[in-house]
Amino acid sequence: MSSVARFTDSTEEGRRVLRFEGDLTLPRLGVLPNRLDRLKGSDFLIDLSGVGRMDTIGAWIVHRTARDRGGEIVGADEGAATLLRQVEKADQPVKVRPDPPAPFERVLTQLGEATIEAGRTFVGLLGFFGAMLLSIGHIIRQPRRFRLNAVVQRFEVVGVHAFGIIGLMSFLVGIVIAQQGAVQLRQFGAEVFTINLIGRSSIKELGVLMTAIMVAGRSGSSFAAQLGSMKLAEEVDAMRTIGVSPMEALVLPRVFATVLMMPLLGFYAALVAIVGGAVFCWVSLEIPPVTFVQRIREVVPLTDLWQLLIKAPVFGLIISLAGCFQGMQVKSDAEEVGLRTTTAVVQAIFLVIVLDAFFAVFFTEIGWL
Amino acid sequence: MAVSEQDEIVIEVRGLRNSFGESVVHEGLDLDVKRGEILGVVGGSGTGKSVMMRSIIGLQRPDEGEVTVFGEPMLDRDEAELQNIRKRWGILFQGAALFSTLTVAENVQVPLREFYPRLSERLLDEIAAYKIVMVGLSPDAGPKFPAELSGGMRKRAGIARALALDPDLLFLDEPTAGLDPIGAAAFDQLIADLREQLGLTVFLITHDLDTLYTICDRVAVIADRKVIAVGTIPELLALDHEWIQEYFRGPRGRAAEEANEANEEAEARTAEANGGIER
Repeated sequence: MSSVARFTDSTEEGRRVLRFEGDLTLPRLGVLPNRLDRLKGSDFLIDLSGVGRMDTIGAWIVHRTARDRGGEIVGADEGAATLLRQVEKADQPVKVRPDPPAPFERVLTQLGEATIEAGRTFVGLLGFFGAMLLSIGHIIRQPRRFRLNAVVQRFEVVGVHAFGIIGLMSFLVGIVIAQQGAVQLRQFGAEVFTINLIGRSSIKELGVLMTAIMVAGRSGSSFAAQLGSMKLAEEVDAMRTIGVSPMEALVLPRVFATVLMMPLLGFYAALVAIVGGAVFCWVSLEIPPVTFVQRIREVVPLTDLWQLLIKAPVFGLIISLAGCFQGMQVKSDAEEVGLRTTTAVVQAIFLVIVLDAFFAVFFTEIGWL
Repeated sequence: MAVSEQDEIVIEVRGLRNSFGESVVHEGLDLDVKRGEILGVVGGSGTGKSVMMRSIIGLQRPDEGEVTVFGEPMLDRDEAELQNIRKRWGILFQGAALFSTLTVAENVQVPLREFYPRLSERLLDEIAAYKIVMVGLSPDAGPKFPAELSGGMRKRAGIARALALDPDLLFLDEPTAGLDPIGAAAFDQLIADLREQLGLTVFLITHDLDTLYTICDRVAVIADRKVIAVGTIPELLALDHEWIQEYFRGPRGRAAEEANEANEEAEARTAEANGGIER
């Protein structure tokens, strides 16, 4: 019954005649539009009397041919005529794609936009930090508004649930440092200094830095995604209208929990890294654990631990602020939630590493070598 | 063929049973949708109107029962055969479900690209353009992203995507929910016009009494886990069922009925006047 759409091109009484046959419907079109495009000439007589079924796309193709080539449509039955009228009515200049800007202009625009965006983010982050300090002030004056339950719940998500993965990661990092260090130090016959390397680098730098990166990936991202989705669902607005401050209910518990959990996790990570190094020294360098521990106590000064305990909460603050700030900036759609989450993690890790460099210089200056 | 065309059944549901854990949503549900009609589906909140639609279009696997669309059984078919049926329907979800990373025009082109990869880029753009105008979007809506559109415009863009393949069958899940009365009336008119022009069959879930009165040919009522009645509104009103009476005879139902009568009278008067002039 139904058949593939086709047309014949002939000249009758001095006029080009396009005779369409078959079903002019989308599934039956096949290569007909392409063949029509290749056709040369103009001023056709378009004969539709052989057409079976027709849909709007078929009608559009006929209409377009008649419009562009100058033609006259004959032999359309009632249904086809209605469709042709419909598509003719719908034939208006419509913008389908955004205007492509000039390449040079585009680069300049993007550069400018990125600069403005970076400035805005910096100011916004500063403002966010200020707003957070203000609401801490409120809570100090009215301690009853402190949401202990929410904070404890965050403890579990940010801290307890991260124990496994951070432990495993630190253990492996400890082994890698010990192994790489041993290979290099063996050249000087100073294998025993591997213990210094493990002890000092784990406690001073690696423990807290690796923990910060892991927490940024686990918790910073989830803060941004959670708050972002809540903003999309207008939950944050609902909160405000009920009189609950999103800063107090959402941001502060997350910031508190991260700030408090980071030193614990960082210390734990440093310890596990040392254990990993000890295992390697025992198995591979045949240094017994007792000697290892004794040596660690001799070579690692207490100031290394102070450095860890000072840096960790600051990193926690940065990670949670970046996550919450980006989450609260979400306005439009699901895609933005994803983008903001990525930005939160990238921003957090970047700031953590920049600050770590400053800390290193600072602590050296004050003599905590 | 010509004899049966009048009453050809496009969707046939028999003995449908759906449950979520302990709670049974449908039990022994039957429904027929005829070619060319606009069938409204009504029911209280939580009676499973959307679940029924999802079972018909294959998003929800029913526990029991048969679903036939265009005479083809829908259950236990392989993917390739289902694709051929999917080409012939369009669906507008409650929140329009536009792809948020694509522009309106690209959204309309998605089904075309998926099913007919050989169409030229130029033709795709032209098709998107006239579909956008056809559903009453402004001509500059093409390059916009869904997040930049209002709720009503999003629904129109959703319809444009549903109509991309010139389907025979259109599923609409609460198309007028969340629209202002003027927008809702315009949307009703749009659906009626499209049915008129393209000969669509429309399966329409709605709570909007005005929509039911103005454009639906028949109304199916879901209650007690099944379709308890199908018919025109006067037919339903003649039934002695508590929920139906309350639904159509409540204050909102009566208001919609009166509005519809007033409309029809006005139309009749205009038609008379126009007829007079022509003569």
